[in-house]
Amino acid sequence: MLPPITQVSGRAVHVPGNDIDTDRIIPARFMKCVTFEGLGEYAFYDVRFEQDGTPKPHPVNAPERAGASILISGMNFGCGSSREHAPQALYRHGFRAVVAGSFAEIFFGNCTTLAMPCVTLAEADLAKLAAAVDADPSLEVTVDVQAKEVRYGKMVLSADIPDTAHAALVNGRWDPIGELLEGASNVDQTASRLPYLTNA
Amino acid sequence: MGKSLFEKVWEAHAVRRLSNGQTQLLIGTHLIHEVTSPQAFGMLRDLGLTVKFPHRTFATVDHIVPTDQRQEPFSDPLADGMIKELRRNAQEFGITYFDLASGRQGIVHVVGPEQGITQPGTTIACGDSHTATHGAFGAIAFGIGTTQVRDVLATQTMALSKLKVRRIEVSGSLRPGVYAKDVILHIIKKLGANGGIGYAYEYGGDVFDKMSMEERMTVCNMSIEGGARCGYVNPDEKTYAYLKGRPYSPKDTAWDEAVERWKGFASDPDCTYDDHVVFRAEDIAPSVTWGISPDQGAFIDENIPTFVGLDAAATASLKEALEYMKLAPGTPVKGIPVDVCFIGSCTNGRLSDFREVAAHIRGTKVAPGVKAIAVPGSQIVDQLCRNEGIDQVFTDAGWEWREAGCSMCLAMNPDKLIGDQLCASSSNRNFKGRQGSPTGRTILMSPVMVAAAAIEGKVADAREVFDLALV
Repeated sequence: MLPPITQVSGRAVHVPGNDIDTDRIIPARFMKCVTFEGLGEYAFYDVRFEQDGTPKPHPVNAPERAGASILISGMNFGCGSSREHAPQALYRHGFRAVVAGSFAEIFFGNCTTLAMPCVTLAEADLAKLAAAVDADPSLEVTVDVQAKEVRYGKMVLSADIPDTAHAALVNGRWDPIGELLEGASNVDQTASRLPYLTNA
Repeated sequence: MGKSLFEKVWEAHAVRRLSNGQTQLLIGTHLIHEVTSPQAFGMLRDLGLTVKFPHRTFATVDHIVPTDQRQEPFSDPLADGMIKELRRNAQEFGITYFDLASGRQGIVHVVGPEQGITQPGTTIACGDSHTATHGAFGAIAFGIGTTQVRDVLATQTMALSKLKVRRIEVSGSLRPGVYAKDVILHIIKKLGANGGIGYAYEYGGDVFDKMSMEERMTVCNMSIEGGARCGYVNPDEKTYAYLKGRPYSPKDTAWDEAVERWKGFASDPDCTYDDHVVFRAEDIAPSVTWGISPDQGAFIDENIPTFVGLDAAATASLKEALEYMKLAPGTPVKGIPVDVCFIGSCTNGRLSDFREVAAHIRGTKVAPGVKAIAVPGSQIVDQLCRNEGIDQVFTDAGWEWREAGCSMCLAMNPDKLIGDQLCASSSNRNFKGRQGSPTGRTILMSPVMVAAAAIEGKVADAREVFDLALV
């Protein structure tokens, strides 16, 4: 079994906006690599830096947000390209959980297999959390995967995560490879019933 | 109670239920390319695993290849390292690889169908979000991340939750000058960039029945831009006619058996859908985007939206888009000046796309100051175009005719926008920075609309430029 992911606590950073796509999270030119190492520094690169490398005023660049481990954004976060380089860049930058209004599916699955939980909040709760985080860089936020809650100060917000991802994270089965390998004989049986696999 | 194609294919490939409630789903065909596979092979080696079904795994190189100077080593050492890594992995694990010298290299979503690898009633996965393209053949095709590429390499399966199915019908007949690209841009605009989350899209009705296989591929290709992880069209006689005689299609008696089997996968007439949406073909006009998300679109005779009546979130979204695009609210989309014109990509880089444009651009010239490039989706598309003299039609009209690859769709090769250049593009994404410059701007449209923009030097109505309404 892998380490169960029951909750993530830490300071947060709010990157506002809906439909933030994976090209924005990691521009394509940084994908010219054969490992994921070093991607962390390029997270949100083109919205964080001018072309000459000068930092822009972006929430992730704010010195008081350094070391934040929880990322907060809007609707349809992680849409577009399936590139796992995007969650890899966020994880390697130091994020350990993402809270948003909704997630694009491929991105969500990629995050789960990296043990980086993605939970959603209702629109009003998300706005409340974002405002609190924006107002106080030192605010400690807890993403409680087990209890399906996001907490800060005295606030307890009801969060959502699909049952399958919830089970995978809290049971330490977020990387499915072990279980998929265990099913090898079942795979062969299913394959034997499909002519396009056996005729080849 | 009947079943949809999605349900039938899912049931035929479901191996077992996993402990978290997901399904272990058999992936019959795995397509790989140089960008999202090297890390997966690295993980495979770290875990001491091998490729379970190398004969069901097919590789090609598309994202990073230059489309002008192809001599190796490539001038970009990173790109050169990636093609060498793919070659090494394919060789070590015994995977069929359509390399540059094969004559069959191209964009993975163009290569699969033209080789006959893409077949009805099958499951396909590829580390690329435009894998839904293969759904045009009645396959269930998923874009996946690199860890899932590892899973499919090692086990020929992946862990997935079953999707709901939304039937999207477009009834009636498209008007002249309205193409498959306009249909999918319209659907995305109406249902939203996140409207398809949790769904597979089944495209049906008069318009999709009448479409060629290549037009169906254009539509299915952009399912992900509407948030749907896969999209498909039920297989029919056109599907079988397209596949017959292709290198990986079944042959002789196996062909007849395969067609019978394929027919059985089509959605039953009495099946139920989780959702059902109907559009009228006559309501669709040539379409363009004006923003930074594919659902920010308009018909060519419409204006960019204004801020009137918008709530705070919608105001912020429109403001961000227009500031980036350097466009004003309430102004016509027609007439926006363009710097670059690009025809190609897995969305619109097939023979019929170039053929249709060539039929209209004879005797025309690209406007002064506009850079126009045409990039075939595969070496075979390139050859077929050359056989018909289409490449010459383009070059005579002032276009550069390039070699096969993803090119200016995504900025991983030398074809990129510079500064805040604005590109009229037949590709699929208008995200910030998508075409290689952090301030570059993209307007998505059909290939014929791109050609009209190239001639006028600005976003134009192809029906007027080419007298299409009179056809």
